[in-house]
Amino acid sequence: MEQRSNRADYWRANLKVLFGCLVVWFLVSYVFGILLVDTLNQISLGGYPLGFWFAQQGSIFTFVVLIFFYAWRMNAIDKKFGVAED
Amino acid sequence: MELQTLIYLVVGATFLLYFVLAIVARAGTTSEFYVAGKGINPVLNGMATAADWMSAASFISMAGLIAFNGYSASAYLMGWTGGYVLLAMLLAPYLRKFGKFTVPEFIGDRFYSNTARVIAVIALLVISLTYVIGQMKGVGVAFSRFLETSVEVGLFAGMGIVFVYAVLGGMKGITYTQIAQYVIMIFAYTVPAIFISLQLTGHFLPQTGTGAMLTDGSNQYLLQKLDLVLVDLGFAEYTGTPDLMNTFLLTLALMIGTAGLPHVLVRFFTVPRVRDARKSAGWTLLFIAILYTTAPAVGAMAMWNTLKTVQDTDQIGAPEGNLLYAERPEWMKSWETTGLLSWEDKNGDGRIQYYNDNNEDFAAMAEEEYGWEGSELTVDRDIMVLANPEIANLPNWVIALIAAGGIAAALSTAAGLLLAISSAISHDLLKGVFMPNISEKNELMAGRISMTVAIIIAGYLGLNPPGFAAQVVALAFGLAASSLFPALMMGIFSKRMNKQGAIAGMLAGLSITLLYIFWYKGWFFIPDTNMLPDNADNWLFGINPTSFGAIGAAINFIVAILVAKMTTPPPHEIQELVEDVRVPRAS
Repeated sequence: MEQRSNRADYWRANLKVLFGCLVVWFLVSYVFGILLVDTLNQISLGGYPLGFWFAQQGSIFTFVVLIFFYAWRMNAIDKKFGVAED
Repeated sequence: MELQTLIYLVVGATFLLYFVLAIVARAGTTSEFYVAGKGINPVLNGMATAADWMSAASFISMAGLIAFNGYSASAYLMGWTGGYVLLAMLLAPYLRKFGKFTVPEFIGDRFYSNTARVIAVIALLVISLTYVIGQMKGVGVAFSRFLETSVEVGLFAGMGIVFVYAVLGGMKGITYTQIAQYVIMIFAYTVPAIFISLQLTGHFLPQTGTGAMLTDGSNQYLLQKLDLVLVDLGFAEYTGTPDLMNTFLLTLALMIGTAGLPHVLVRFFTVPRVRDARKSAGWTLLFIAILYTTAPAVGAMAMWNTLKTVQDTDQIGAPEGNLLYAERPEWMKSWETTGLLSWEDKNGDGRIQYYNDNNEDFAAMAEEEYGWEGSELTVDRDIMVLANPEIANLPNWVIALIAAGGIAAALSTAAGLLLAISSAISHDLLKGVFMPNISEKNELMAGRISMTVAIIIAGYLGLNPPGFAAQVVALAFGLAASSLFPALMMGIFSKRMNKQGAIAGMLAGLSITLLYIFWYKGWFFIPDTNMLPDNADNWLFGINPTSFGAIGAAINFIVAILVAKMTTPPPHEIQELVEDVRVPRAS
């Protein structure tokens, strides 16, 4: 792959991944767990009302996945732009 | 074996382990003392950070908070975990790339200003000192409860132990002890939870057990049953959702505050590479999530166990529906002796009534129709974790493990905070501002001396809490959110942010947040000096002072951006520095 050393492009690629992750971060906690909690609670996940589940379980699981996803994506981007550490 | 002997043995063995680890991994250089020589494996750093982060409050009190508040406690669960997403993506990798020793050091260098550095040190000291008081108190309480000493003796013992391993070991010694402490904590927390989940729902995982059907033949889900019974006893529904605005703001304040806590941030200075810092944040949150997703199960199940112990839930209001005091189970008797559980027979029927007598309509109805004259059982929320092994009839070694786990939780957090305090004094104030020519050997000595002084101050304040121990959480998180997080984030994400903007932003965020908290909680938390009563009718736009950190952070951002716009851009070499921290390796 073509090695690019353009710092501005690297930073833009980082911001793009970052923004996507933060959208999901906001959705699972603030939207599903708080703002829409009453609506989602009409749906059940087993014995959990869905909004309640997001607030006390689902958001936390998603956060963990998000951070590992970000680390994985950034490693790939580091490599692509030739700025990865050895 | 006698329970007390067993507890002494288990707790004693863990202390011995901490000492050995600290001696083996003692710090010999300032780099080892401040950041463990930047050689910690990212997975192990994740464990150490999880132990650093999860305090006595997380371990002992959080499940009880959830048990008594249901959905409303979600702000703590989401806030204290979601902050790691911000930390992992907005701060940790770049601070690791910056590659020095402390958080104020980054602020001082990035904003080319010792004033900015000193403001950051002051914020760090206020945050960490208020936080550490609670930990020292937690150590004292854990000791006294399990080892039957007085709180004072427990506190002195805790101070002594922290002194040995933190002063000697520095960050390196603390890291390895924290890894051991994490393992002890998580084992102690999850084992009783698994057994209780199996007993109530047949589910091995407490996380799925909370959403499962009860195995008592009622054909009802745990949460559904809990909602019904709580309402029948005059309480709010467990899954009910009051005051969503403050839940939103509190979640936000706790998340931003978490990401801005210096003792957590500095842990990401200890890994070898930028990519390790990113990955390590993921491991940290995974290790935290094991406890944080178990806590809601412990809360709900302990609440249900308590309710059904004292109340036949099919016969609410019937005279024989309540448990006879004389027939109460063993665990209630043993916790009565600690004062965490108490009973007062208000209507003189020899039976235990537990309901919400603050709900006036319900209380009036209960008196009229059931002959109840007030709720008779007082339950301290800490019992929800502490009594779990006994409620589940688990063997004595599990109880001993809970004791060791509670003490480990308090000690690990205290050590991390004390290290943050001592490095701010010896590295930022002495080496950075007042004595730039100090030798490394003397700086290391200064670090050890300031940690000793910090332990003594924390111990003193733990013994004589300044009357605001309960408010400390609001203060620490509010200040971290409104001062350090915005300055750090803008320092990385905005090349245009300059000295004037950062200083003005930190000062505005800090002072307005402090003002708002003091306005309702009293000046310096001195009782009866508050300007307005602390309730929803008086709060500005209904914003709870506990949640105000989110607003403080917004004020910091806005003021900083406006001031930076009106003043000169930072010098060229600073813009280069920003370019540099954004990239893992110069290419």
